Amino acid sequence: MAEFHQPRRKIIQLIFVAVFAVIAARLFYLQVVEKKYRQLANAQAIVRKLIYPTRGIIYDRHGHVVVNNTALYDLMVTPAEVKHLDTGFLCELLGIDTATFRERMEKIILRNSRYRQSVFAELLPPDIYGRIEENLYQFPGFELVERPVRNYPYHAGAHIFGYIGEVDSATIKRSQGFYQPGDFIGKTGLERSYENILRGQRGVAYLVRDSRNRIQGSYAGGMYDTPAVAGRSLYLSLDMELQQLGEQLLQNKIGSIVAIDPNTGGILAMVSSPTYDPNELSGAERNKKFSRLFTNPELPLFNRPIQATYPPGSTFKPVDALIALHEGVITPQYGYDCRGVYLGCGRPIRCTESFPGHASNLYNAIAYSCNSYFSQVFRFIVDKERRPALGLVEWHRYVSDFGLGKKLGIDLPGEYSGYIPDTAHYNKIFGRGRWNSCTIVSLGIGQGEITETPLQLANVMCIIANHGYYYTPHVVDSVEGDPDFYRRHLVLHRIAANVSDTDYDIVTRAMAAVVERGTATIAAIPGITICGKTGTAQNFTIINGKRVALKDHSLFAAFAPREHPRIAIAVVVENAGFGASWAAPIGSLMIEKYLRDSIATDRLPLLNRITQANLIPEYILEKKRRIDSLNQVRDKAEARHTAMR
Amino acid sequence: MDTPVRTSVDLIKPGIDRWLIALYFLLVLIGLFSIFAVEHRPGEDVWYNIWHLNKNYSRQLMWVGVALILALGILLADSKIFPALANLMYVFGILLLLLVLAVGKDIKGSHSWLVIGGFQFQPAEFTKLTTNLALAKYLSRLDVDFSTLRARLIAIGLILLPAAIIVLQSETGLALVYLSFFLALYREGLPGIILIIGFSAIVLVLSALLVEKHILLMIFSVTAALVIYFMRRSFRRHPGRLFLILFIWGFCSLFVMQIVPYIFTHVLKPYQVSRINVMLGKEVSQKSSYNVLQSKIAIGSGGLWGKGYLKGTQTRYEFVPEQSTDFIFCTIGEDFGFLGSVVLLGVYLLMLFRIVNIAERQRSTFSRIYAYGLASILFFHVAINIGMTVGLAPVIGIPLPWMSYGGSSMITFTMMLFILIRLDADRQRILR
Repeated sequence: MAEFHQPRRKIIQLIFVAVFAVIAARLFYLQVVEKKYRQLANAQAIVRKLIYPTRGIIYDRHGHVVVNNTALYDLMVTPAEVKHLDTGFLCELLGIDTATFRERMEKIILRNSRYRQSVFAELLPPDIYGRIEENLYQFPGFELVERPVRNYPYHAGAHIFGYIGEVDSATIKRSQGFYQPGDFIGKTGLERSYENILRGQRGVAYLVRDSRNRIQGSYAGGMYDTPAVAGRSLYLSLDMELQQLGEQLLQNKIGSIVAIDPNTGGILAMVSSPTYDPNELSGAERNKKFSRLFTNPELPLFNRPIQATYPPGSTFKPVDALIALHEGVITPQYGYDCRGVYLGCGRPIRCTESFPGHASNLYNAIAYSCNSYFSQVFRFIVDKERRPALGLVEWHRYVSDFGLGKKLGIDLPGEYSGYIPDTAHYNKIFGRGRWNSCTIVSLGIGQGEITETPLQLANVMCIIANHGYYYTPHVVDSVEGDPDFYRRHLVLHRIAANVSDTDYDIVTRAMAAVVERGTATIAAIPGITICGKTGTAQNFTIINGKRVALKDHSLFAAFAPREHPRIAIAVVVENAGFGASWAAPIGSLMIEKYLRDSIATDRLPLLNRITQANLIPEYILEKKRRIDSLNQVRDKAEARHTAMR
Repeated sequence: MDTPVRTSVDLIKPGIDRWLIALYFLLVLIGLFSIFAVEHRPGEDVWYNIWHLNKNYSRQLMWVGVALILALGILLADSKIFPALANLMYVFGILLLLLVLAVGKDIKGSHSWLVIGGFQFQPAEFTKLTTNLALAKYLSRLDVDFSTLRARLIAIGLILLPAAIIVLQSETGLALVYLSFFLALYREGLPGIILIIGFSAIVLVLSALLVEKHILLMIFSVTAALVIYFMRRSFRRHPGRLFLILFIWGFCSLFVMQIVPYIFTHVLKPYQVSRINVMLGKEVSQKSSYNVLQSKIAIGSGGLWGKGYLKGTQTRYEFVPEQSTDFIFCTIGEDFGFLGSVVLLGVYLLMLFRIVNIAERQRSTFSRIYAYGLASILFFHVAINIGMTVGLAPVIGIPLPWMSYGGSSMITFTMMLFILIRLDADRQRILR
């Protein structure tokens, strides 16, 4: 019987082998041939988590920390782990009502499942954080998670530092996956221009999660992880105390101050007013505060020192003088008999001074800021060539050389170039050959189409102080871990027109006279020779569709001390009147602070008077009042809404 | 192989097959370590968990202990007791199945569980043992001639009775296991044509499910026409053949056009239809294909060498449902890769061959049929269980012997194996 069935035994064994072979073949296909299952498994089970480095710290020229990181806390919740919660108590600590609590919880569960940790309350203010931390053991499922935010110990320099914010979708797309939604990126200021130094290098950790998205630990013992590298520090040329003084002087005024060290091009102070406390845009409620700043008619987010352009007015006259001297159209002894008005072009051009001899030579003409003198000088320059068109080309070349009408290349984003009209500009307006030096004579006294930024104005002072060169203005002196940065960063620009030292000495002497006996005696500091030039720029605005002349901008540009200049400065106070009345004393106080490190006691009344002055034009105040009342209504409505729920 | 080497060192129990014992412990250990891999998390106190029975692996360890105590009892027993008690146990098994129908508990959609003192027990597992014993007992009777139709029908009836009751308990998967006894019957002389017809029926069912029925009808008709054309000369001498061909053609057509659609709409439950469709690749319903897809991902991600023990992500982090029970093979597939999987298949194949060899060396018909019955059940379980994890077989939820978590299965298979070992050890004594 057994022998008879031997073939059947073989057949049964064959069936076993055949079926197992089919299974083995299938396994071979699944595990060795087909690669997609491994990818699918990784996609399901492995989470790539970015580890954010701390952002680089920023120091001023004296090594003071001016931007650092501080930890605020987010209250996180994992809904599935919340047990026996005293909802009322938690709401009381957070200052919310139970309806808001339930609403947030529902939203979190909908968006992020019950098993994943989500943010319940963002960036808790320190007092609330303290109260919750004490009682956290009573709230299972809740956790406080540290979140680094920017902190500004001096509460100043908002426009220089800029702010960071969530990266927008266009940037995400451009970065080809480097940035991800929710990442923070420098939006303006140094945070933006030095983003790739400050941000550091992000690390990656591979984590394993289970089917319900709960993290189970690191993948493969952290074998594939890369650690985060902290952002590098920046060392600025900025003098933070000087910056603070500048912001104090310009409070309740619209304007800017730019102070540059002419020896390096390093920015010492750069004030844009009105300003705001940079801490406002880094803590809780930053979105709300941002929108308030954004709608403010005083434009506090506008970085005036590099973005506002003004006609330079009389501060342009030293440049005129240098061109004229170099071109040989005048000598320092050249005088113009001004009686308070220039009539050389038919229509009268008013001069602020009228006593005889105030323009008897170049020194006096600059010291007393004679309009007639420089109208005449400008015409000499333009008419030196055969045709005014060619003369203007020449003039334009000089002016451009002085860094006007073009971006200087400061290491801050959003710099404006200002405008210097050229031959083409007037050909377009008046027609080729249909204009002459009289048509454009106001350029000579810094009025008309010519505009420059406060930074450019300060830079012109650097050029005069240095007798013919400047370094590209910059805020950052050096970068941690990059010894070559300084060399690459410090770019020397020499003025192409080889204006002689004598000519510079002449203009410097004239500018010293401005402070000694001329228009800006208010700026004089005993023991320091300041070379300066005031300016008063006419300006207009459009109110209700009508062109209205506003009070003149008050300008002052200077450098000091005369012998070995260490600071070049430009001050603009919008709609404040004569340059001498506001801009000059502000510039003087800044110079004194920088060179002497403190303000002399007898000058403190001046400091207080300026600090307390409110020079914001009425039409802007009016707009502001309107928006403030709107905001108040909105706040009240919001409060009522919260109370009702 | 047929003459086992006996040494004097074999003190424990003379005659027991050490190959089977070794393979058994190997599989049990692999199973325990696989369940451990599913549940263990770094930093957990393993001994605490084992002692407190709060993990599947610790409970499985307990079931292994229980099974080994029963196995020891079997080894100590007289082998004559098994044929003697076979019929009684069969009746006992059937009564248990009926009891479940009456007072059973629903767990995961099947009405096949008895709950006694907090422990769940599945009699449908246990009756595999009793059915095997009863089948062996009946066919080994001297007055039974298996070549008669009557004996065959009774044998098939013995198999189908528990299967039918189990179908009523909504455990179709476990009921299908009983079909594997046909392999043992084949060994005992059931005509091979029945296996072939059965196999053809499976092919027919598959093609009926996979191919559009009108196309199938055309294929059948053309084939039939061709066969008739080529055999036309023989019809004169054997007119019956023509009718046979026409009958087969008619049956196949009817099957495809009427019977299969009827079964799908009236007999099978929607989830069963869905599972079959998923298996055939006709349906990609997220819900029913999820298990199989996750299982394939886990196994497929293992690659050639595997990710290493305790390093699998899919099997350890709850991606594969029923991980410790029906899908325990995924752990091997993911952690040990293709090589580990093939080694495991090899261990099972070795065991099957060993059992077949043992079967063939028995002088007693009872022992031989019992051994073939065990081999058949084992083969069916392994092939279908692994087949379903790799997407070759429908997910019918039968455990992988000695590896899947579960006491009923562990105890039943252990007892079945040790009964064979006991019978084999005494093969010189048993004459029938």
